[in-house]
Order: sequence, then structure tokens, then C-alpha cells
Amino acid sequence: MTGLTIQDLYASHGRTQVLSGVDLTVEKGSLACVLGPSGCGKSTLLRVIAGFHPATRGQVALSGRLLDDGRSRLPAERRRIGYVPQDGALFPHLTVAANIGFGLPRAQRAGRVAELLDLVGLAGLGGRHPHQLSGGQQQRVALARALAPQPELLLLDEPFAALDAALRSDVRAEVAATLRRAGATAILVTHDQDEALSFADTIAVMRDGRIAQTGSPQALYREPADARTARFLGEANLLTAELDGSTASTALGVLPLTEGSLGTGRQLVMLRPRQLQLASLPGGDAVRAEVVRCLFRGHDYRVELAPETVGGLPERLVAYTDSAPFEIGAQVYVQVSGAAHPVGDAAAEPAAARPPATPVPAR
Amino acid sequence: MSTAPATAEDPSPLRRWRAPRVLPLLAAAVILLVTSPLVFIVLRASESTAAQAQRLLGRPLIATLLWNTATLTAAVTVATAVLGFATAYLVERTDLPGRRAWTIVLAMPLAVPEFVHGYSWVSLFPAVHGYWGAVLVMTSSLYPLVFLPVAATLRRGDASAEEVSRSLGRGAWATLWRVTLPLSRPALAGGALLVALYMLGEYGAFAMLRFTTFATAIYTQYKLGFDAASAAMLTLALCLLALLLVTLEARAGRGGRVVREGATGRRCAPLGLGRWTVPALAGLGAMTGLALGVPVYALVYWLVQGTSTTLPPASILSAATTTLGYALSAAVVATAAAVPVALYSWRRGTRLARTAERAAYLTRALPGIAVALSVVFFAIRYARPLYQQPPLLVAAYVILFFPFALTAVRAALAQVPPGVEEVARSLGTRPAAVLVRVTLPLILPGLGAAVAMVALTASTELTATLLLRPTGTQTLATQFWLYTSGLAYGAAAPYAALMVALSVPPVLLLTRRTLGPKTLETS
Repeated sequence: MTGLTIQDLYASHGRTQVLSGVDLTVEKGSLACVLGPSGCGKSTLLRVIAGFHPATRGQVALSGRLLDDGRSRLPAERRRIGYVPQDGALFPHLTVAANIGFGLPRAQRAGRVAELLDLVGLAGLGGRHPHQLSGGQQQRVALARALAPQPELLLLDEPFAALDAALRSDVRAEVAATLRRAGATAILVTHDQDEALSFADTIAVMRDGRIAQTGSPQALYREPADARTARFLGEANLLTAELDGSTASTALGVLPLTEGSLGTGRQLVMLRPRQLQLASLPGGDAVRAEVVRCLFRGHDYRVELAPETVGGLPERLVAYTDSAPFEIGAQVYVQVSGAAHPVGDAAAEPAAARPPATPVPAR
Repeated sequence: MSTAPATAEDPSPLRRWRAPRVLPLLAAAVILLVTSPLVFIVLRASESTAAQAQRLLGRPLIATLLWNTATLTAAVTVATAVLGFATAYLVERTDLPGRRAWTIVLAMPLAVPEFVHGYSWVSLFPAVHGYWGAVLVMTSSLYPLVFLPVAATLRRGDASAEEVSRSLGRGAWATLWRVTLPLSRPALAGGALLVALYMLGEYGAFAMLRFTTFATAIYTQYKLGFDAASAAMLTLALCLLALLLVTLEARAGRGGRVVREGATGRRCAPLGLGRWTVPALAGLGAMTGLALGVPVYALVYWLVQGTSTTLPPASILSAATTTLGYALSAAVVATAAAVPVALYSWRRGTRLARTAERAAYLTRALPGIAVALSVVFFAIRYARPLYQQPPLLVAAYVILFFPFALTAVRAALAQVPPGVEEVARSLGTRPAAVLVRVTLPLILPGLGAAVAMVALTASTELTATLLLRPTGTQTLATQFWLYTSGLAYGAAAPYAALMVALSVPPVLLLTRRTLGPKTLETS
């Protein structure tokens, strides 16, 4: 039986339509992630699922139980859905143990609270108050509190955004591990593609109040459905290409298409920066380009190139490379490894590779 | 995820979606109640015939009242604005010695009720009366109403705008004039409005200073001539004046959003006073002498002089008990009434909720005498048996001081982390239980502060108490009033001293809340 099913869901804030036809399915026991830019409606989606915001149309069902169909809805307290908001929202007047035990019947509290303190690695801290904990610890208490009544679904609304960068990836990994240990079904909402790619089994990319694409992190990264999704998940080079069944002829040579994708005619194809190989000597189909910028990022270099032949090429190409630095103004030769992925109609998209949402390496 | 649910529960039938309607209804009822005085005044005034109205409004008395009230209000408002801003600037932006102590001292005149201020001056210096006497007494007693909000704005506002101005080559004076003053304009306007509203509603101090304003005329019309229709019409005129002022303030305060507030706002290096230090200290000292020294000296003087009086002796203890009884009941009712309004506007950030909350603050613009008279009209008209009964006095206090309670409860709710109510519900708790287990425990200290604030403020109320107290009942303020009316200054002194003592905690509370918790720490 599937966990959560959402069909054609609409919701609005006053007169502003926020969700316009969301379809989403989350399998029981999986970690899903709703990824989208700020203002795309992802938090509202979470609040509709939790029961804090009414839907205007559509259906939300959990394990066959109807939660909201736009006309009637189950109150939040009867949904058995756990909720971890951005800042944790611990009850400041209660101890850690009382926070975790809040949703439990009195008789079960002592045993279950100890169990959960162990689960989140905070054994012995039950007597503290929230303000005596670090940000990461608070977030783990919020998680334990939400898990305590054994909800059928756990919702996490950007739970790591308030933590500082160094702590974030650690807590994220821990939370993911804890959720897997507990066998939980969970939905994480975030605007951070790194977070989504490293946390979830399934990612749903959300845009303008609807789900643009759903898939595994690998599938979304390598085979995005359109150019916007491609850019949203990381930097992408978009080239105009002439498709012929399973190959694409581009200014960088004739490239195979990714497995399962076929196409004909003029289309845009995507190459991730890692697929561009730089060499100082010409060879094969290599295109000459001038190094415009070169940024050292610790684990590799990010090189921006101005290619010489502009036919079908964007003004700037981006490559990630491990080799020694290139000087600004140096001439290099660009070659492609791997397959190109078609991302749609060439006319619909400008050819220039716009900077991605986060051009500077995050961490 | 769970194989066996913690609590076995049948899949419950879906409920028809409906917003929890109890809270908005309660909030609406409270708002209607506290804004009702305006309605009653209009109703009562409309009962007088056109001829009556023409006779009353055509009399030269009205012109005199209008002139007296307007000129006095204007003079005092300007004087308090200048003094309030100057003191706030000295305390917040210069290296004046003992700035923390000065903050408290400068706020303290608020602890002395205006009619006690009047009493101190009149009893010590019989020459102080009339227009200039009123300007002196009211300015020295009301300037903290400007000082506190301006100081708060200067403290919270990011000082970088002023630093940039200095770096652009503007001197200290030019920066003060072109940057600091415009940035504190909303606070200045708000404080000046409060002063003007106090001036419109004040009765006791003006009666003592023998200066006739709208408020004293209304009181006399009502109390001596028992001419309720004329009183109602004058009250209506007074309310219109007050509403006009509120509108003016809303305009003057516009553009106030430029002030950047934030915990990150740094304080700039204080301006060195240099050779101006001594004059500044002397000025503050003189002001404090007038505003605080005179009342304190008068109280001590008359306490020492003894309580020789020809009036029948009264027990200060019974007056104090009566006062606290009324004040506490009013405080509890007002706080309880403020909770639904505050909760409603806190939970829903909608325009409707914000408007509703603002409407509840409207009573702040109504002079105390207007509220008292509207309650009288209501009782005479619709609830005759209640007239001059305790519930009416409590009701008047509740209406008068509801804004204090609302402010305190809102401040407490602002401390509640957003989302805790929702999280509690997602953990399977019903809305009523969420209120009991989460929200109320979190705002309990704030509710205590609201009760204390209203109780202590109400215990020094004079005008409404004089009009509404049950026959034979004396509160501290009315007993004090009785003695001073008979020129028994010595006998009145203990009552005044007790009222001042009761007012110190709410003033400290107000100072702390306006300026932040660090104000009262010695640094």
C-alpha cells in the first residue's frame, strides 16, 4: 500500500493561488524531498498535508485514509502526521523529556522518551531545557518529539536551514540515518539542491505551484526533463543540437544521447560541467576556447570558457577540472565525455548558460 | 511507518471544514464592548434637540473652552516634544555621565499622577495657577511620554545612518537635524499624541490649577448642573478633537518605516559633550528638580506637617483596600478580555485581524471623562439598577485600561516561538488542550504583568472614579481629592504618597519594556 497520495491539489492564500494541481506519491518507508525555489509553494504543500492549511480542491490521502478533499478535512491532531518546522519550535517551558513526551499518553512516556533520546543520541540530556541545547541538539529533539507518537508520515520543513554551514551536513546525515533506522516515511522540503540530492530516495522538483518532475536524485541530476530543472539541480551547459534518433550533433561533435532518450530535430541538450575535458593541445572534435575565469574550490577548479566557434554554443561554457590551474586568457581545447541529455525545444530556451541559483561553491 | 498505531483509533469520519469560530467571535465581542463608549456618546448627544444644541454651541463659553484647550494643549505638546527629544538624545547619543541612572530618573515623573503634580505645586506655591501654571505643571509631568518612545527608537535604531552622515562631512548638529530627528519622527509623533490626548482628558490637575478646559467644563456641567445632554454634546466635541489628533499623528508618523530595527543594530560611539557636560547636567538636574523634586518635597513636607483637618477622619487602610479591590477586578477582567483579541490577531496575520486589533486601541484616544460619562449614559438608559454600583466602575476601568492589557498580552505572545501551537496539534492535541498545555503557560508571566499594569494604573484613576463610584465608597484618589478640595493638604498627603508608591512598579515595568531589559541593570 502506498503511503501518501496527492491528486490534483489546489490551495491558495487569500486570492493568491499557491498550489495549482500538485500530484505526488510517496511510498511507505521512503524519504522524499520536495525541492523548489522560495515561493514555489512547497511550504504550503507541507502545511496542507499536515492539516494547518485548507486545500481548495483535490485530494490528500494517507494509507487510504482521506485527509482533505477541499470540502472537508481531518483536523491536524487526528492525522497522525509528525511535523518538524524550520526552527524546531520546541516548547520553551518544557524540559527535553517533556517535549519528547508531549504527544504520548502519560503511561507510555517514561519508556518511550528514553528510547527516543537514545535514538537521536541525546541520552542523559532529558532534564535540560531547550535554551540549554545547541542548535543541532534542538533540531534532534524536535525530530525525536515528532517521532515519539509513531506517526505514519513525518514532515520536515527546511529543518536544517537555521543551522550553520559546518553543522548542517552532519546533522542532515544523522537525521537521514535516524529516519532510515526508524523505517519512517518522511517528506523533506528544501530549496537547497545539495541537501535534496544527498538526503532523499526520491526528489520532486516543484515550480509555480506544481510538481515539475519526480525521480531519484541520480535520474534528476543526469536526465532532467527540462532546462530549468537542469539548472536548478546544478550548473549545466546547454547546447543547441540537431537530434537524430539516438545521437546529437553539436558544435562539440556528435554525441550519444542518454539511455532511453530519443529525439529528432533541433533541441537543447545538457552537458554537466564534469563532462567537459580540457586539454592544452588540439585533437579530435575539440573546440578552441579562451579561459575567462578560473576559481579554485579546494576539491577542484571551476573554469569558465569563451568558446571560439559560437554556432549553437552558449557564450560561456563551464567545466570542473582537477588538473593544474589555467591562466586567464590561455587557449584550451574542449572535448566531451559521456552522453548528452535532451532538455527540450531549442526555441523555447535562451542558449546562454545562465549562472545557476548558487554560483559560488556552497561549502 | 508504525506497524501498530500507538492508540488504536477507527478511521474517523471527515469533518466539514470550518474555521474555529469561537475565537473570532470572542474577539469581536470584546472589541465591540471597548469601543462602545463612542456609540453611547453619539446616541446621547443626538437626543438633545437642535435648539438645545444651538444654544449650547452658540454660547461664548464654547469658544473660550476651545481656545483654552487648544492653546494649552499646543503649548504643552510642543514643550514636551522638545524636552522629551532633548533628554532622550542626551541619554542615548552622548557621553553624559550616569546615563543609565538618568534613564530611570527621567521616566519617574510618570509615577506621580497629574493631579498629585498639581497638588504639589498648588500647595507649596499658591502663585502657580492659570494658563502658565498649567503649562509648567503639565509639561514637567508629561514629558516622559515623549522621552520613552524616542529613547527606545534611538536605542534600537541602527546608528549606521548617523555614522554615514558624519563620514559624509556633516557635523554633529547637521546630523542631529537632518538624520537623527527625521529618523525618530514616528516615535516623536506618537509620544506627542499621547501627551495631547492626556491633556484633553485631564480633569483633576486643571481643577486644582483653576484653569477651565473642555474636560473640566464637562465635569462641571454634569456634576453641578446635572445637564447630561450638554455634557454629552461637549464630550462628543472632545472626542472629535481627539480623533482629529489621532488622524494628524497618523500623517506625521508616516514614512516611519525607514527606521531599521534589529538586534544587529550597533550603537555608535557616543558624542563627546566636552565643555557642554556641565550645562547638560545642570539642565537635566533643573528639570528633575521641577518634575520630581517638587512632588517629593511637597509630599514629605505635608507628611511631616501632620494631618490636621476639620474633615471627618477616614481610614487610609479601608480606602487602600477598596482601591485595590476595584483595580484588581478590573485588571483581571481586562486581561482576560485582551487574551482572545491578542490571540486572534497573533494567529492570523490577516488585514482583518490587524484592523480589529487597531480598533481595540481606539479607546486610547478617548479621554477618561468621555469613557466615564458614556458608561453613566449607558447605565441611566439601559441598566438603571446598576447605576453607581461597583460593576459599572469596574467596567469603566476595563474600557479605559484595556489598551494597556492588550499591549502587555501582545508583547507576551510575541515571545512565543512561531509554530509551537501547530506542532502541538500535529502531536495529536486538541486546540483547547493546546491552549492549556502550551500557549497559556508560555504567556503566563505576560498575563501577570498585564494584571499588575492595569491594577496599579487603575488604582490612581480619579475622573472616572469620581463620576462612577458607588455612594459612600472612597478610593485613594477620591479621598485625596476630598481632602485637597477642602484645602486639607496635610491629610491628603498620605493618600498621595501611597498612590505614588503604587505607581513606581508599573513605570519601571514600562521603562523596561520600552527600552529593553538592560535598562535596569547597573552598568
